[in-house]
Amino acid sequence: MADTEATLHEHPPELKHHFDDSEQQLESSTLGMWVFLLTEIMFFGGMFGGYTVYRNLYPDAFASTSHFMNVTLGGLNTGVLICSSFTMVLAVRSAQLGKKKALITFLVLTLILGTVFLVIKYLEYHEKWVDHHIPGPGFRYAEPQFFHQAQILFFLYFAMTGMHAIHMIVGAGLLTTLIVMASRDKFNAEWYTPVEMIGLYWHFVDIVWIFLFPLLYLIGHTS
Amino acid sequence: MTHKVVPVKTFAFVFLALIALTITTVGVSKLELGEYNFICAMTIAVIKGSLVVWFFMDVRRSSSMTKLFVGAGLFWLAILLTFVLSDYMSRGWLPRPYWW
Repeated sequence: MADTEATLHEHPPELKHHFDDSEQQLESSTLGMWVFLLTEIMFFGGMFGGYTVYRNLYPDAFASTSHFMNVTLGGLNTGVLICSSFTMVLAVRSAQLGKKKALITFLVLTLILGTVFLVIKYLEYHEKWVDHHIPGPGFRYAEPQFFHQAQILFFLYFAMTGMHAIHMIVGAGLLTTLIVMASRDKFNAEWYTPVEMIGLYWHFVDIVWIFLFPLLYLIGHTS
Repeated sequence: MTHKVVPVKTFAFVFLALIALTITTVGVSKLELGEYNFICAMTIAVIKGSLVVWFFMDVRRSSSMTKLFVGAGLFWLAILLTFVLSDYMSRGWLPRPYWW
């Protein structure tokens, strides 16, 4: 009897009692995280849908606005985000191997790259502010026939990149939490679920940018 | 844990592919291709997104249930875009009915 009791309670400290084993627990967390990401796909999907409709209604106006998008800064930011996704997978990998120092290093690198992205985003927004490309009473546009339609695009630009930037700021907060948890020895090779889940979130935000970059900066660039 | 750890080489290869595709998409956008500019840009974006989902988000080694959920999300996104577009693009195709 006492023997059975002992085996019943022999499990890793992080394994919650309602799961069969650590693998099932991790699988449940992953599925739950993906359900959250699906709501995020729907959320950004609505904005991408709005963009698609207006681009179909006013293709010439949308093409003209892409001349005023800074492709260099946008492309640079794409590179920065891809680098940050790379350091994020390396952080998850270090967590799997139980390498605390490497985990913290890669998390800090990811956080730095995320911050670089936001700084570049700020420079771009500042450029738009100086050029009077913010929709509203102060809006000015070089091609007067597109004055109203171009404002729709700039509105979509600020809504979509702004929502993306808010997700980046939330991600930076989550990364900071992970760094604190990792330095307090909360993770080990048996349990590192938060690192993996926040990794999924970070990659999702990267994917949103992968689609925003060609849609907002590149299309209609030649015409 | 129970998963085998993925070698750094795999991630480095995906990373280089993503950077190369970013340079390609910027390069292609400088060419005059008409409608194909949009098609090329979106094709490259879909490839990049798939690489991130498949390798970085490790869907390739996730459970069938997770894969089903990811597929469902993309399917619903496709429904959203298809139905919105089929409405806006078909407007004005038919004359107004006589009782309008």
